[in-house]
Amino acid sequence: MSTTAPPRTARTLRDVVFVDGVRTPFGKAGKKGIFAETRADDLVIKVVRDLLRRNPQLPPERIDECAIAATTQTGDQGLTIGRTVALLSGLPNTVPGFALDRMCAGAMTAVTTTGSGIGAGMYDVVIAGGVEHMGHHPMGAGVDPNPRFVSEKVVDTSALNMGMTAENLHDRYPEITKERTDAYGAASQRKYAEALASGRISPWLVPIATRGSEQGWGLAVADEPPRPGTTMDDLAALKTPFRAHGRVTAGNAAGLNDGATGCILAAEEVATELGLPVRMRLVGFGFAGVEPEVMGYGPVPSTEKALERTGLSIDDIGLFELNEAFAVQVLAFLDHFGIKDDDPRVNPYGGAIAIGHPLASSGVRLMIQLAQEFEEHPEVRYGLTAMCIGIGMGGTVIWENPHWNGEQTK
Amino acid sequence: MTATVSFANEVVTKALLRQISLATGEKIALITLDNGFDHTKPSSFGPGGLASLAAAIDEAAASDADAIAVTGKPFVFVVGADLTGIPSITEWDAGYAIGKMGHDAFRRLGEVDKPTFAFVNGAAMGGGVEVAAHCRYRTLSLGAAPIALPECFLGLVPGWGGTFLLPNLIGAENALKLIVENPANQNRMINGGVAAKLGLADVVFAPANFLEDSLAWAGKVLRGEIKVERPEPDRGEAWDAAVAKTRKMVAAKFHGAAPSFVRALDLVAAAKTATRDEGFAAEDKALADLIMSKELRAGLYSFNLAQRRAKRPVGAPDKSLAKPVTKVGIVGAGLMASQLALLFIRRLQVPVVMTDIDQPRVDKGVGYVHSEIDGLLAKKRINNDKANQLKALVSGSLTKKAFADADFVIEAVFEDMKVKQQVLAEVEAEVPPGAVLATNTSSLSVSEMASGLQHPERVIGFHFFNPVAVMPLLEVIKAERTDDASLATGFTVGKALGKSCVLSADRPAFIVNRLLVRFMSEIWRSIDEGTPAEVADSAFDPLGLPMSPLMLLGLVGPAIALHTSETLYEAFPDRFYVSPNLKRLVEAGKPAVYTFASGKPQIDPEVAALFQQGNTVLTADETRQRALEGMAQEIRLMLDEGVVAEVMDIDLSMIMGAGWPFHIGGITPYLDNTGVSEKVTGARFLPRGVASVPA
Repeated sequence: MSTTAPPRTARTLRDVVFVDGVRTPFGKAGKKGIFAETRADDLVIKVVRDLLRRNPQLPPERIDECAIAATTQTGDQGLTIGRTVALLSGLPNTVPGFALDRMCAGAMTAVTTTGSGIGAGMYDVVIAGGVEHMGHHPMGAGVDPNPRFVSEKVVDTSALNMGMTAENLHDRYPEITKERTDAYGAASQRKYAEALASGRISPWLVPIATRGSEQGWGLAVADEPPRPGTTMDDLAALKTPFRAHGRVTAGNAAGLNDGATGCILAAEEVATELGLPVRMRLVGFGFAGVEPEVMGYGPVPSTEKALERTGLSIDDIGLFELNEAFAVQVLAFLDHFGIKDDDPRVNPYGGAIAIGHPLASSGVRLMIQLAQEFEEHPEVRYGLTAMCIGIGMGGTVIWENPHWNGEQTK
Repeated sequence: MTATVSFANEVVTKALLRQISLATGEKIALITLDNGFDHTKPSSFGPGGLASLAAAIDEAAASDADAIAVTGKPFVFVVGADLTGIPSITEWDAGYAIGKMGHDAFRRLGEVDKPTFAFVNGAAMGGGVEVAAHCRYRTLSLGAAPIALPECFLGLVPGWGGTFLLPNLIGAENALKLIVENPANQNRMINGGVAAKLGLADVVFAPANFLEDSLAWAGKVLRGEIKVERPEPDRGEAWDAAVAKTRKMVAAKFHGAAPSFVRALDLVAAAKTATRDEGFAAEDKALADLIMSKELRAGLYSFNLAQRRAKRPVGAPDKSLAKPVTKVGIVGAGLMASQLALLFIRRLQVPVVMTDIDQPRVDKGVGYVHSEIDGLLAKKRINNDKANQLKALVSGSLTKKAFADADFVIEAVFEDMKVKQQVLAEVEAEVPPGAVLATNTSSLSVSEMASGLQHPERVIGFHFFNPVAVMPLLEVIKAERTDDASLATGFTVGKALGKSCVLSADRPAFIVNRLLVRFMSEIWRSIDEGTPAEVADSAFDPLGLPMSPLMLLGLVGPAIALHTSETLYEAFPDRFYVSPNLKRLVEAGKPAVYTFASGKPQIDPEVAALFQQGNTVLTADETRQRALEGMAQEIRLMLDEGVVAEVMDIDLSMIMGAGWPFHIGGITPYLDNTGVSEKVTGARFLPRGVASVPA
């Protein structure tokens, strides 16, 4: 006797959309930073709650996953933070969650992983985001690198120090001078200041009550790291902490920061069903590895891969949101693709050099900005978010502009 | 001329001022009240804290902020006045200054020409609630707890604006619920949700985003996007009716014994028509009067006993000596044993096995526990999984072999020395070598009970009070040969059971019963000699006890009362007394002196007919004096015998085991204050200043 299983439904891919994204203001890591006495998980919880509040048409029980990235998963970033954040945010206990880590691309990977699940029909709606409280969890704290890295020369010792990898990238591309990286850094500050002044930053920030046992409660409503008015002279005077007479300074690199981001992703048909906004449509993504000693080069091969897999060319991309871990890695990317240092398509609201880079959270910050730029640029059809990743990787996500008016292909 | 006051060792709650800019542009001067410790040491207001708050409000008022807001450190708003300095106050003027300082600081929040907001983020008691009441607007966290005005319970009034502002904000009825009714009912406290329903908040927010939401809400109020509308309190009949109703409740409960409640009622009554200045001035005067009252001093003494001494029993051996308890045996499956079984499984969550002489008794005991657990499930106090877990923990057996792996066995069999000795011997034959054996006797000698055992050093007394689940006291008795490890285990188990443990020597009836029986002996003597039962029974009304002597008799049961009095009479025939009328009551099988047939308690005419009385008729005052003197004598003897380490343990036991009120300090502060102690024993029990105004 044989039993007949019901016919397997044919699989169809579904379009994945970016519904909404918000973030906390970014703070400076350390005892004097605005979030020095604020828990990392509370930062993400407030992001998740704000996402729900902004999208009341989304029934919380429809959320199929809460994926939260953190590089250091101990203390207030431990305990399977995606799940604990879901519970503490007041989501029904039927909503699962997980924690993930891909260093700087944590939140980006939360988006691509759960986005893939949506595309394949395994999820309808997810929350994806990331957090890094680098004040509570300094980079490299508690790590125990395998001695084989050194004994077998798997990587150079400099590969584990992000600043040194940036200096290594300068060695590889001598045409990227300190003048170019400083100029890029100053431009990032200027573009951010303009974006802030024109109201393009604050709408996406979740206010955070900040505890100060000495000062009392405060309220963080703005990013703390930006240094508006930074000049080339200011930058020339900075120390090069990673190498004597080196090129990488605090002025042409992102700082050490605290912050959290989150977004809602959905299958496009579900977004339509629930009346959720569609701010971006996922086209494809790619991750790639490079020599860890020049990790900043990572976005070049990851972007090549993403373009190849989506059948697009770099000329199809009308807006770039590149994470500015270091100016040198952004410039290496731009040089590779033949894009000018001051191309207006690149980071029009400024980047991590001004805003900050709380490691695992930054991926969604790029998406929040690209989504807003899409709205302002209906002539642009495609944009990408890309970032370099510690231990020698790059990640790229290509998005389509749902507001595209079809007049131009760029 | 106002005196200034400062408290030595005040943990100053600082008012930390910070200028906040909202994303929408409004500027709010936010004051955080923080004493620098975590939530386990909540912030309170002493003179230094009040000065800090006043300065912060002034600075905020002078700034360019659009509004002023006050909030607390995590989990705590403010829990009221710092009372640690009160016992050392000796002058009325200093007490008056305390009230004045509070008003001077707080009223700025109601009178400054900027809008003021209280963001009540956590526990708010007394002065904390009053700070909020002074503000123009209030937000409240749904997670804020407890919220209460416990002043009257301690012997004060909410006199930093509470009695004037609250009835004018939320109406007299709701205000009296908070100010009088809840404190009069075992100092009941409420949470944020309930407080909001009473009108204490203009809006409530979830704890997760409480401060962000409160600030955003304040911004909307400042921009005029939100208009706060509150129902106008009913200043007509309803106000007077609420006061009258509460007055009746207080009179019935305390018979004038607790002046704070009456004073609070007077202030709320006057707040109907008083101006703000008049209201606050009346509060200042009330606070000064009450700070100098013996009831408040006794109340603070009681509060310290309940808060501190109850948590660290004096004379308990180091807890590191205690042995782990992973299974409990109970000898007996009757009602007491079943109640104990329920308590042990709920609190310790370890297997509990009950034994009895036949299967129906065992089944009944286990059945009782199961039905109680079902009751908890039905009331949603526990969920199904927890109910399954708890039910699986209780079992019954016909043989004491079930105790083979028990670490702690308590017997709850009939109060008979021979029976108990035999039971303990049988238990000892089965239990592992280290097991601790406890007896739940109320009057038998634990040493004698243990004397025939191979290891008497592991026997302790464990005297619970009825009803076991409710009364917080556990007398832990050290017998002659009890060793430290067994005693330490007893204290650890007692604490885990949620009880306040007091160490007692192995003397007849231990602490509470010995005193209560002596007290009842004197009442019975008066009745038997000729004083009408109603008169004798009203003798203690002026103390405001939870129930009158003959009502207590009904609760305990005449048979048990008779048995205990006989035991104590046997031990101390010169002082204790076995009443023939009590015997008649028991012989007639009457459950009480009172009958509730008419709806109100009345002396049962059948009982009255049973009584045979003499011709010596005492007044209520004379009866009270006689009983007080008897108690003073007994306490002195108990101290001399070393029943307790210190007299404070007697007061703590009376508060926790008999429910005797804070305002008489258990009992000895009352005996001292009325001169009874000195008359009977030649000395006070407590030095002046401990539970009274210092000399």
